Formats: sequence, structure tokens, C-alpha cells
Amino acid sequence: MGIRVLFFASLADATGIRETNVEASGFPDVGSIFNHFAKEHPGLENYRSSALFALNSDFTPPDAPVRDGDEVAFFPPVSGG
Amino acid sequence: MFLLIRDPIDVRSATDKLQRPEDGAVVVFEGVVRNNANGKDVRFLEYDAYESMALRKIEEIGAQAKEKFDIRDIAIIHRLGHMEIGECSIVIVVASAHRGPAFDACRFTIDTVKQVVPIWKKEFYTDGEVWIEGAK
Repeated sequence: MGIRVLFFASLADATGIRETNVEASGFPDVGSIFNHFAKEHPGLENYRSSALFALNSDFTPPDAPVRDGDEVAFFPPVSGG
Repeated sequence: MFLLIRDPIDVRSATDKLQRPEDGAVVVFEGVVRNNANGKDVRFLEYDAYESMALRKIEEIGAQAKEKFDIRDIAIIHRLGHMEIGECSIVIVVASAHRGPAFDACRFTIDTVKQVVPIWKKEFYTDGEVWIEGAK
């Protein structure tokens, strides 16, 4: 199953990824998944301090644990309305 | 009524659906696409969203508005995708017995939508495009 990982807006542009999957093993928490992609896509580092994290469609801190089947999303401060 | 849609928002239809005989006030907020931002000419906008979370957040905000204010019902409709100048990107309709809570709930709702709903606006200028980050 793995963990579904989503990027939106400028973070999708920075990674070139909208949606992907990672194996759950090796990722203790949401922040570790961000770190993994920041290593592969250094442009993501520019967004580290401002990025918002979501776990299963709710805002989450980076140290929230993740498990197989979860959906994780990374995105910039919102600008709807 | 909480919706994310891609077609133009029919404001009249939304208010007609919400309003009931016991309502004494129907307050409507329309957010519309402006032709300028930070001194630049805006040609059009595109809105992107984390749709499942955005809908959940919009539903939560609607429930909060009903809890906090003495209103009977509320509708929040946000449009996504490409929008031209003057088109409506969001409509909030609040129905209540009296106008005070309806105005207050409407203001609370648009302000909260702009803070917590995962939707992003991209502004297209004559010389480029920029994702807008954070509410103003």
C-alpha cells in the first residue's frame, strides 16, 4: 500500500511532483518524508520554514507518526477565497 | 451546502436554495477576480486545491459558523480552475432571522476560509505568473 504523498502549488513546482507513493518503512513521521524529498529536490529547502504539512486531510506537526495507508500532503500557506 | 465546483457559481440559485420563509436576513459575500495586485495588471487567475481536505475544512468552518453565531443555515461554494477578471471565485450565503448574526457569520467565514482551506491562487500577469502564498 505505502504512503501517498501529495505536493501542491509552489511545492509541486519545486519537486515536479503532484502525487507519488513511498514505502512506509523507513519513515517514522511526516517530517522524515519531507526531508526525503528535500534531499532529492533541493529546491524544496526554500519552502521548509513556510510549508504546511497535512496527514489524512488534516493539518499536522512534522513529528506526527505515519503508517502504511496514510496520505501526507505538503503545501504553502493557503491563498483561497 | 458546501461545494467545490469548476463551473461558474450561480449565486441566485444558491440563495434561492438556502432561503426559507422563517429567514429575515440573507447575507451574500462574493469574492471576485480583481484586475490588479501589488501594482501589477492581472490577466486572469487559476485556483488549485487539495480537494478532499479543502472540502472537509469548508464543512468544518460552516459548522463553526453555525455554532458561534445565531444563524439558521450557511452555504460556502468555492470555484476552482481558470477564472477571468470579474468572475466569482467564492460565494458565502448566510440565512438567519436577523441581520446581525448573518453579517458576523459571513465575515468570520470568509476570513477563516482564507486562513485554513488548502486552496491556492495563481496570478497571471502580462509578463509572467506567480503562486500567491498566504492570505492578505
